[in-house]
Amino acid sequence: MTDPNTESPLDLETPDKTFLDSNELVINMGPQHPATHGVLRVILRLDGEKVLGLECVIGYLHRGVEKIAENRTYTMFNPYVDRMDYVAAISNGLGYCEAVEKLLSVEAPPRAQYIRVILTELNRIASHQLWLGTHALDIGAITPLFYTFRDREEILKIFEKYCGARLTTHAFRIGGLQYEAYDGFESDVKNFVSFVKPKIDEYEELLTTNRIWLERTKGVGVISGKDCIALGVTGPVLRASGVKWDIRKALPYANYKNFDFEIPTGQNGDTYDRYIVRMIEMRQSLRIIEQAVGGIPEGPIMAKVPKVMKPPVGEIYHSIEAPKGELGYFIVSDGSTQPYRVRVRPPSFVNLQALDLMCRNQLVADVIAVIGTLDIVLGEVDR
Amino acid sequence: MPDETKSPSSPPPENEKPTADQPATPGGLKSTPSGSVQSETKTTPTKPSPPAETSTPSKADAPVAPAKPAAPAAKPAAPAAGERPAGHPAPPKPTGPVPTPWDSPMVAKFKQMYGSGITALTHLGQNYLEVDRSLIPEILQLLRDDEQFDYCVDLTAVHYPKREKQFDVVWVLYSFARNERIRVKTQVADGATVPSSVPIWATCNWLEREVYDMFGIKFDGHPDMKRILLPDGWKGFPLRKDYGILQQDSEWVQINLGIESGQ
Repeated sequence: MTDPNTESPLDLETPDKTFLDSNELVINMGPQHPATHGVLRVILRLDGEKVLGLECVIGYLHRGVEKIAENRTYTMFNPYVDRMDYVAAISNGLGYCEAVEKLLSVEAPPRAQYIRVILTELNRIASHQLWLGTHALDIGAITPLFYTFRDREEILKIFEKYCGARLTTHAFRIGGLQYEAYDGFESDVKNFVSFVKPKIDEYEELLTTNRIWLERTKGVGVISGKDCIALGVTGPVLRASGVKWDIRKALPYANYKNFDFEIPTGQNGDTYDRYIVRMIEMRQSLRIIEQAVGGIPEGPIMAKVPKVMKPPVGEIYHSIEAPKGELGYFIVSDGSTQPYRVRVRPPSFVNLQALDLMCRNQLVADVIAVIGTLDIVLGEVDR
Repeated sequence: MPDETKSPSSPPPENEKPTADQPATPGGLKSTPSGSVQSETKTTPTKPSPPAETSTPSKADAPVAPAKPAAPAAKPAAPAAGERPAGHPAPPKPTGPVPTPWDSPMVAKFKQMYGSGITALTHLGQNYLEVDRSLIPEILQLLRDDEQFDYCVDLTAVHYPKREKQFDVVWVLYSFARNERIRVKTQVADGATVPSSVPIWATCNWLEREVYDMFGIKFDGHPDMKRILLPDGWKGFPLRKDYGILQQDSEWVQINLGIESGQ
């Protein structure tokens, strides 16, 4: 027993140099961190509050989707793609179905194409709403979360009525659709469009001119269009940096060329511009939905595809404009019932690579804002 | 060529064999020589006497016939097409479209520069270049600098274990200026490295790491060649065909997770 009065607990051996002497500090953020939107680990190198660099550690949600694909038939793999970007499951399904359709050289009938476009655009709005709510929450604005989730619910109700599921919908089939649009689908969609239009104005009222929002987003996480292209960054992030490129226009798929819509772009490539671009995108999606829902043609919803699908030997790369960017599928067929190889080109994975560049010389608190503005879904990053 | 000498010696079993193999082995795993054997056997059956035997192979050959005109057309364009991965050798029963030669001013230019090291094909409306591994950093650099393919969409690999050069490494490129997408493919042997394309497109950093993680293909000159999705100490490369779907690095799982098995 030592006498506490004689031996001070503070009398510690001090090394010649402690971490306090250096200016750099390495801290770890995540994987269990609410603002990383999943299980993303970021190792930050800091000088005071300034970020000198960072490294992302990913893979916590890796489920081997590409390996699973090689051990399932083309049809059986279809529901798996919904589990990658689970907030925009319908986009994933559209990309996969269209890629296999191209391999099979079939095309979905016009009625199916219209319903596909309506559902995909509804999903884009739902994805952007979820992004807006959580992104604003990260930065400190709580109210938009309640607004966006309230309105997103209406979209999920339409999905639920259409196919029974709300998130991982498995809405599309290779060759078209399994389910005919339910009675009242069109009026539901029309009602939703007129319901949500003023709501988007409401979100904007809360944020667009809000001083705190401006302070937290303007000039934060700037990336130039050139850097975006070099890093392969796509989607709203690319457009906010001034590159007017959208696969729906550049390499049209489904029947997007029948619809009239615009591609919004920003100028500064900062978090604020990305916010504005996504807000306009929601309105443009509503425009597409309005045009599509008025013109759904009659006819079959399923093309003639064999029950046992054996696409001829070949390879295909097909990509679509998912809410997060370019979502591509590279499928190799060996002529059997199972794909020989399915490669998913996930937009979140590639966009996340830009985090390092965008956070350099920003403050620690802005890292949260930048992760939010990239709109990543870890289920898709890790697959 | 040794197959050629064999086939006339015992025509009935040899004729049966390729047809039996045809649906079983994936087309992608076969190389052109087998395709040429097919054409050889097709000419010989006119001689053998048993009529029942001859009728069966000719019937089986019938679906192959549409593929024929494309095959010789592609050959003179590329004498080194010996290692063609997917497509035209021995298509299985549901004969689909086959790759056809792709001509464009860009291709003509490359052909002039590299001759037989490069094959340009188009399939299902998509164009791709099959290039020799030795041309790899050079041609990618040219594609970006001279042909404006400034956006590397994707980089991935495909494993063909039965082939001599087991891997296809595939670049998907896009040009904003031309609004055109192409693929570049090259074949790589197991254990061989590929020059890194990070200096050409920064996006290849993580994409190359993922290819290494999943296939074990190393990229020379990559700034940080390590695993990306799997833990650093993991053994094995899951997207190789010899890696089972239930297989795992149980040693890693037991040490790091403290459980017997992840399943």
